[in-house]
Amino acid sequence: MTRPQRVGYHPTPITTLSFFKRSVLQVINLSCVRGDRRLFSGINFSLQPGSLLQVTGANGSGKTSLLRIICGLAAPAEGEVRWHDANIRSLGEEYFTDVTYVGHQNGLKDELTALENLTISSALSGQPIGNEKAGSILEKMGLSGRQNLAARLLSAGQKRRLALARLLSCSARLWILDEMLTALDKAAAGLMSSLIEEHLAQGGIAIVATHQELNVNDVNLQRLDLSGDVAGRTPAGWTA
Amino acid sequence: MSAPSALSMFGWIVARDLKLAWRGRADVLSTLFFFVIVVSLFPFGVGPEPHLLRAIAPGVVWVAALLAALLSLGRLFANDYHDGTLEQLLVTPQSLYLVVLGKIVAHWLVSGVPLVLMAPLMGVQFDLSRNALLMLFVSLLIGTPVLSLIGSIGAALTLGLRGGGVLIALLILPLYIPVLVFGTGAVDASITTGSPQANVYLLGAMLVLALVFAPWATSAALRISLE
Repeated sequence: MTRPQRVGYHPTPITTLSFFKRSVLQVINLSCVRGDRRLFSGINFSLQPGSLLQVTGANGSGKTSLLRIICGLAAPAEGEVRWHDANIRSLGEEYFTDVTYVGHQNGLKDELTALENLTISSALSGQPIGNEKAGSILEKMGLSGRQNLAARLLSAGQKRRLALARLLSCSARLWILDEMLTALDKAAAGLMSSLIEEHLAQGGIAIVATHQELNVNDVNLQRLDLSGDVAGRTPAGWTA
Repeated sequence: MSAPSALSMFGWIVARDLKLAWRGRADVLSTLFFFVIVVSLFPFGVGPEPHLLRAIAPGVVWVAALLAALLSLGRLFANDYHDGTLEQLLVTPQSLYLVVLGKIVAHWLVSGVPLVLMAPLMGVQFDLSRNALLMLFVSLLIGTPVLSLIGSIGAALTLGLRGGGVLIALLILPLYIPVLVFGTGAVDASITTGSPQANVYLLGAMLVLALVFAPWATSAALRISLE
């Protein structure tokens, strides 16, 4: 397997076509060490608006670590993540306005109702929404009638739906979703696929870690497999 | 897309934590009752000797407030850490300093203010004069925010560790000593010399210092703990 040399960023010349196809997220030679184990190294990829990256790999192969590094929660051992040609660690809070992260934990408060969870989390992500809009989002996520129920009374799948509702309440361009489909039923999984399609059609980017097949149509889908060969992996179809 | 105004973000954090505290009132009340009971045990233990009680009152009330603050520190970040909301707070488009300060302010309103209000009542058991009771109130009013601020550093550093509760105590109690010295000093001075100003000013200086540096240190500790 050849290993693309992308140490340092070489800007592509701006022609009309390449301007629209410019990659806004670049992951350059990323590696991650947990304890004394090297989870992965030499991860390279770049994503343009409207593209979807599916991260697969065995349990413990570093999917969550990769996603946490990309959203800026963890620091990589080597390499860097660039958003619009700037290292995300130097962008700081500016980067977070563009990112919504739904981890494998739902990030819900059991004591708060579904509606409160959504309004508070969207206010904290910088885009306060009213109860009406929150209500319509919950309805879209199939949680109508559960709005005023404390989150601890929701089922696992409903909690997941509520966590994912956060994606609709803000206009972040980069969605980072860890084990998105866990506990979701078929209807919800289909709903998520269509939401992702919609997001990509509007020029968004999504990075999804999941084992399940994503049923998305007409999108620029790349796959990154973290298990197996450790060095020099790039997604299928990646070009330098 | 513009970043939300810092003030509204701060307000949302405080409102959120106050709402959560209200939904889990039992936790909050248990800290307050701990404080009341510990302070009330001393008159029973050392006997009803007014001179002795007056002499030990500032120390007893302050140490009890310190331990109560320590008890409540576990709640500051641990719940948010376990349900994943802390992760969400770390990726908010607002400086983490403000988020942390908001959480500390809410923590103080919930666990510090009730102690401050209760303290003069507790002081009556120790036969303190009116001036001493007032000084006890003032010194705790300035001192308890410092306890919350310094304590937040320990709470952030021990997140997710087993036996974190004991570790917080070992990390934070030594840092509480200056607050304890000047807090009790203020009350003592108001009993003996009648001029506690120096102690109060020093407590105020500590508050300002902690207000500037503690949220910053806590933010750094949180980033490390969640990596």
